[in-house]
Amino acid sequence: MSAPGTRALVRGLGTRPVRALGLAAGFACVLLSGGYGPHSALDPAGPQAQRIATLWWLFFWVCTVVYILVLLVLFIPTLRRRRSTTGELTAGVSPAPGPASDAPVTRPDPASERLTSTVVGTAVGITTVILFILLVADMVTGRGIHSNPDPNPLTVKLVGHQWWWEVQYPDVVPVNIVNDANEVHIPTGRPVKFELSSSDVIHSFWIPNLHGKKDMVPGHPIGTWLQADRPGMYVGQCAEFCGHQHANMRLAVIAHEPKEFAAWLQKRREPQTPPRNSEEIKGQQVFLGSTCVMCHTIQGTTAGARLGPDLTHVGSRWAIGAGAIPNGPGHVAGWVLDPQKKKPGVRMPPNPLPAQDLRALLAYLESLK
Amino acid sequence: MRKPTAELLVLVACLFLVALSCKREERTFRVSAPEADAVYSVQLSPLHPGATQPTTQQTAQFPSPIKNPYEENAYALSEGQRLYSAYNCVGCHAHGGGGMGPPLIDDQWIYGYAPEQVYATIVQGRPNGMPSFMGRIPDYQVWQLAAYVRSMSGQASQAAAPGRDDHMKNSPPSNSTDPAKPQNSSLPKSAEMPI
Repeated sequence: MSAPGTRALVRGLGTRPVRALGLAAGFACVLLSGGYGPHSALDPAGPQAQRIATLWWLFFWVCTVVYILVLLVLFIPTLRRRRSTTGELTAGVSPAPGPASDAPVTRPDPASERLTSTVVGTAVGITTVILFILLVADMVTGRGIHSNPDPNPLTVKLVGHQWWWEVQYPDVVPVNIVNDANEVHIPTGRPVKFELSSSDVIHSFWIPNLHGKKDMVPGHPIGTWLQADRPGMYVGQCAEFCGHQHANMRLAVIAHEPKEFAAWLQKRREPQTPPRNSEEIKGQQVFLGSTCVMCHTIQGTTAGARLGPDLTHVGSRWAIGAGAIPNGPGHVAGWVLDPQKKKPGVRMPPNPLPAQDLRALLAYLESLK
Repeated sequence: MRKPTAELLVLVACLFLVALSCKREERTFRVSAPEADAVYSVQLSPLHPGATQPTTQQTAQFPSPIKNPYEENAYALSEGQRLYSAYNCVGCHAHGGGGMGPPLIDDQWIYGYAPEQVYATIVQGRPNGMPSFMGRIPDYQVWQLAAYVRSMSGQASQAAAPGRDDHMKNSPPSNSTDPAKPQNSSLPKSAEMPI
């Protein structure tokens, strides 16, 4: 904003309280309407988030009503007439008999005192009851969201790394284990068990549309439950400060209809299709012959390192760099050449590949659907 | 009131020291490898895995010592420590004590103890098991690894070396290890050229 504009705005705010009020209302609208979408606790998509949202609204309305009442009660004395101090007393207070003094001695009217006591006592009683109701509501919600509703659930292992999420669908048959990163696919209408752990520092798993937070403490595996009732993508974000790129540590939970999910899982269990044309074959050779292979896995090839995200299906991801930039050939090219530009501090080193190699590599990575 | 010259001097000196110590923790994310070209001047053998064609030129004389700036930077040393585990150096050398590979905390260096010699050993590989990481590990990370490897025997700057290791270790931490007097040991029998 230009300087004259700023000055005009400041002047306007200073002289016209109405405008300031309007601005405040605008902010409130933004804050309230900003609470909906794929990353919001106020737009619940599962039973647990529904309970949390209900509790939130209960607190919101109770606190709002109490706040308005308290302000009203505070406001009432300002409307009453001022009590004179020179002996002209307003009704309700009688002059006190006793030793003569210059200062007017007043004694409250017993009736007025009784009224005050009653009002304050009632308010304290109501406050206690309200706090107790909120406490009980909080406990009931807490118990409700931590219950274990399914003895034989789908399990997802989630490991927090600086700064990405490792995802695994365990299976008793090793060949059926599916590895992924930064994206969790789940079926709708069914609780999914998440086994959380961390490989380095404390991270926190939070999908606001589905459930509350759960910290991922290294050396302390812990579980949580999620259930999505409608298909869609829900975005999460590491909720515990974990280093330079904490802000770029996002996770997408994508809920599918059960049939669609079964098909997805089956497809992920099948081996990756080999490169189809000469460009992709060359890309694979570049991948296996350069720095990529030291950290990443592509199942079906000799690349099996686990330092970075599994890239077996990187072509189908919604974003790369744990939500840092969108997925697409241009973005991936920039990312491969200089990841420190978009995500300073990320563990991935710059890879100055020759143009031909880079193009082949991009074609190969894109083919990994 | 006398002029507070002495106090001022002490204050300035302290500030200067504080400013100096910032260097220790400096973190550079977009780095260029220091002296990366030096590796080709310290080849011990004309053959190494990944070479496009064997060179017959023998360049065994060592240039003037190369200074590895990472040896004075705490962040680079800790990155070296992380990479040492990540790239599985621990698999053979353990945390310095050695196993399948020779120990790295002692004063015996088969292929040289200078920074560029450690660098060359990592990049080119050495006979009997040490793989070549040429083209697999970016140059600056090799330098970080070299700095960490040298810090294990007290060769890196003690002001920058970590006071605590990431793993269990039964020797004093790097910043209180007395610098061993390194010597080039003879080639072990197993690594000699077959006749």
